[in-house]
Amino acid sequence: MTAHHDAVVVGAGIVGAACAEALSRSGMSVLVLDASFAGSGTTAAGMGHLVVMDDSPAQLALTAYSGRLWAALAPELPRNVEHEACGTLWVAEDDEQLEAVRAKQSVYADSGVATEILSPAQLAEAEPHLRPGLAGALLVRGDAVIYPPNGARALLQRAITNGASLREGVRVDAIGAREVIAGNERISCDCVINAAGALAPELTPGIPIVPRKGHLVITDRYPGFCRHQLVELGYLTSAHTMTTESVAFNVQPRATGQMLIGSSRELVGWDGSINRSIVRRMLDRALDFMPGLALASAIRTWTGFRPTTPDKLPLIGSWDEMPGLWIAAGHEGLGITTSVGTGQLLADLITGRTPAIDPAPFAPSRVLAGVGAH
Amino acid sequence: MAINGAAAELNIVVDDQRVRVAAGTTVAAALFNLGTAAFRRSVSGEPRGPVCGMGVCFECRVTIDSRPHQRACLIAVVDGMHIRTATEA
Amino acid sequence: MMAPLAGTDATLIVADVAIVGAGPAGIAAAVRAAESRLRVVVLDRGLETGGQIWRHMSGSPVPRIAQHWIAQLSRSGAQVIHGTSVVDVQHEDAEFEILADSSGSALRVRAGRIILATGARELFIPFDGWTLPGVMGIGGAQALLKSGASFAGKRVIVAGSGPLMLPVAASLATSGAKLILVAEQARRSAVMRFAAGLWRSPALVAQAARYRSRFLSTSYSTGTWVTAAHGADRLESVTVTDGRRTWREAVDVLCTGYGLVPNVELARLLGCETRDGAIAVDAQQRTTVANVLAVGEATGIGGAPLSLIEGEIAGSSVSPRGRVSDALLRKRAALEIAARRMLDAFALRQELRSLPTAGTIVCRCEDVSYGAVKDAACARQAKLYTRVGMGPCQGRTCMPGLDFLLAWQPDTVRPPIEPALVSVLSSELADDAAASILFNSSVGEAYQ
Repeated sequence: MTAHHDAVVVGAGIVGAACAEALSRSGMSVLVLDASFAGSGTTAAGMGHLVVMDDSPAQLALTAYSGRLWAALAPELPRNVEHEACGTLWVAEDDEQLEAVRAKQSVYADSGVATEILSPAQLAEAEPHLRPGLAGALLVRGDAVIYPPNGARALLQRAITNGASLREGVRVDAIGAREVIAGNERISCDCVINAAGALAPELTPGIPIVPRKGHLVITDRYPGFCRHQLVELGYLTSAHTMTTESVAFNVQPRATGQMLIGSSRELVGWDGSINRSIVRRMLDRALDFMPGLALASAIRTWTGFRPTTPDKLPLIGSWDEMPGLWIAAGHEGLGITTSVGTGQLLADLITGRTPAIDPAPFAPSRVLAGVGAH
Repeated sequence: MAINGAAAELNIVVDDQRVRVAAGTTVAAALFNLGTAAFRRSVSGEPRGPVCGMGVCFECRVTIDSRPHQRACLIAVVDGMHIRTATEA
Repeated sequence: MMAPLAGTDATLIVADVAIVGAGPAGIAAAVRAAESRLRVVVLDRGLETGGQIWRHMSGSPVPRIAQHWIAQLSRSGAQVIHGTSVVDVQHEDAEFEILADSSGSALRVRAGRIILATGARELFIPFDGWTLPGVMGIGGAQALLKSGASFAGKRVIVAGSGPLMLPVAASLATSGAKLILVAEQARRSAVMRFAAGLWRSPALVAQAARYRSRFLSTSYSTGTWVTAAHGADRLESVTVTDGRRTWREAVDVLCTGYGLVPNVELARLLGCETRDGAIAVDAQQRTTVANVLAVGEATGIGGAPLSLIEGEIAGSSVSPRGRVSDALLRKRAALEIAARRMLDAFALRQELRSLPTAGTIVCRCEDVSYGAVKDAACARQAKLYTRVGMGPCQGRTCMPGLDFLLAWQPDTVRPPIEPALVSVLSSELADDAAASILFNSSVGEAYQ
C-alpha cells in the first residue's frame, strides 16, 4: 500500500485513540495501526479512573486539563463507555494525613479544581462502609470512571467520523523517517506518533519506558456498597517511589455495581502471572479501610503493565532524533485520565497552536538530555 | 447428612412469607417446589431460575439471611432461614 | 463447617494426597489411595458425597454400586470435606498448596500429590427463550430432582443430546412428571448404528432398555430438537422441529443440554495439558504435571463405570505398594472404546449452529446477545468489548456453546478459578500454623 497519510498513529490504546481523535479533528488525515485490536493492551487492564493527581505540578496540570476535556466529552459518550461521575475521596487515616488533605485542597484550588473536605461524620455518611475512626477525606467531585476499552473505541469512532482509518491486526515492525514499516508495507506520512505505551521503546530505542505491573480484583455486583472512588493518600507515594513492590488502597465502583479493588506496583519485567502474596496484601489493605469487603465475592483477578518513565511524566512531543516522529507514551497509571489531554496537546504541538498547558515538562527531549532521571 | 425415615419439615421465610418445606432439600429444590419462577433478575431485569443444578451457572442466586449471591442449589435448607428471591440487579 | 484455628484466618490440612471431587472417580481414588495408609483428603463442592451422577439427598434412592463405594469411602480413613470449592493452587517446593472456600472459610490443603476428579458440566447451546425460568439443563433437572424438587404432574420435555438423556428422562417419569417428549438431535441412523454396536456391552443394552421402559408411553424422537422457548415470566411452551416440520408443545419444564464438557480449569491452572478439551493422562492417569493425576469425566466423557476404574487406577498409582490388575486395565480399555463410540454417534449436527438468533442471550451473567459477539475478531475482543464470559460463572455456561458456534478458544486461567470471598483470597496461615485435621494414627505413613 502506498497511500499517504498526514499522520500514522502506532497503537490503538486509549492514548493512541485520543491522538487520532484530536489530529483528525484538526483536519489531518490519520491512519491508526494496532498489532492486535483497539484497547487490548494496557488500556484493557486499567481501572478506568479519571482522576486529578498532584504528584508534581506538571501532573496536576495535565490531569486537571484532561479532566475538563473528559467532562465536556461525557454527554456524547456511548452508554457502553459507562462514564460515571462518582468523584474521588482521598481518605485521611489520621490528623497528619488530614493536614496533607488540607494542603492538597489548596494545591488543587490553584489549578482550578474545586474540592471539599469531609469531616469524619460527613465521610461516614458519604461512604457508610468505610471503617469508623478515619480523620476525614478530600472529595473531588469532578473525578469519574469509565470502562477503558470502550472509551478507546469511542474516541476512535470519533476519529473515524472525521475521516481517520483504523487497521487492526497490523504489527508495525519499525518506524523510519516519516514512514512506518509493517510487514512488507511501507506507509509514508508527515508524522508518525508512537503511542505504543509500554512497547514504545521497541519501536523507538532510547525511550525510557519500563513496564510497571499492577494487579486488580473485581467483585460481583453490590450496588451502592461504594459510591465514590476511594483512594488512600499513600497511593501517591506508591506511584511515585520506584521500590520493588508496593500496594495502596484504591477501590472503584463500576456502573455495573461491581467493585474494582487495587492497587499494586512492581517492577518484574513482563511477567503477567498473578502474584498471590501481592493480591493478599492489596486485599488486606482494602479490608483495613472497608472491612465489609470481606464478604464480597471476588470473581476475577488480572494484571496489566503501566508504561512508566523515570520522572512519572509521559512523553508528549517531538522525538528530534527521527524526522517526523512524535511520542505520546509513558502515562504510568494515568493513561485513561490524561489520554484526551495528551491528544489535544500533541495535536496543538503538531499543528503549531499554543497548547492550553505548558508542554515543556512532557518534552521527550528531556530524556535525551538525561533530565528527569529519578 | 442423611436424614432417614419420616419427612421432617422446616419453617423458613421466603420473600416475607412463612412457609414449611421438607427437610433434607436444597434451597433451590425448596423454591422450585414452592413454584418460584424468578430466583433472581438478570442484569437487564429478566427473571432467571436454576439451570445447571450444580453450582456452576450462578443463575439460582438468592439472598439468604441478608447475604446476596448465594447459590441456592449448593445450600441445604435450614430451619429459620430468610430467603429473598428476584432481588439481584 | 470448619472453624479456623485461633490466631490464623485459614485452616490448614496436611495430607499425602488431595483429591478434588467426590464423584465416582474421586471416591474410588480415595478408597484405593487410603488402603495404603496414605493420608487422603477429598474436597467437594456439593453437600454430599456422590458428585452429580450419584446424587442423593434424604429419600432419593442410590444405586447399589454407589452405596458400596460410599460405604468403603467412609471406612477408608480418607477425610471428605463438603461445601468446599477450590479457588487456587500453588506449587511450593515439593508440595502443592490448595486454597479453598469451605462453607465461607478459607481452607488450605497441603499435599504432595493431587488427584483431579473435577467431573464435567453440561454443554448448552443458546436459543431464543432459553433463559426463561423452567428451562434447565438435563443434569440440572436431575440435580434438582435428587435434592428434593418435585416434578410430579409437570409437563416436561427432555431435548438435546448425550448420555444424560435416557437416565434423566427415566428418573423424571418415575417421579411422576408428565414426560411429553424425549428429543435426541442425533439422526436415527446414528442412534441405530450406536445401538447395534452395543451388542458388545450387554450390560449397557440392559441398562438402556431399563431406562426406556420407564417412559414407554413417551415418544423418543431422533433427529429432533427444540428451536425456541416461549413464555412471559416463565416457560409456557416450546417450538420443536425434526428438520422438516415444526410444531409447538405446551410445557412447564424443558430439560435441555447437548452433552458434557470436562471441567479442566483447575488442571489448566496447574499447567496440565489438555487434549480435545479434556485433561491429558497416561496409562497411570498421570497428567503432564508431576504428581498431578486426573480421573473421571474430566479426562474424557465416559460414564460412571469408567470413572470408577480410572479412580482405582490412580489411587493405586499413588500408593507405594499399589497394584493394578490386568483385568482392570482391560475393562478400562473396553469402556474407553465404548465411550468414544458414544461420542461419535451423538456428535452435534450442523443445524444447531443456527439455533441462536442475533437477539438470543448467549452470556447469561452479563446479558450479552449473540449479535453483539458473533462478528468479533476473537474471544478476547468480544470479552473486552461486551463483557461476555466475564461474570461469576467465568464463562463456564457460555463458552462451550460459543466454542461450538464460533470456534472460540479458551482464555488463560487465573485464580480464583471460582468466585471466592475476599476474606478467603486475602487469608494467610500463621507461620507456625498447625494442621487442624489429624489423621487416624494408624494412617499416616509418609509416602516415600
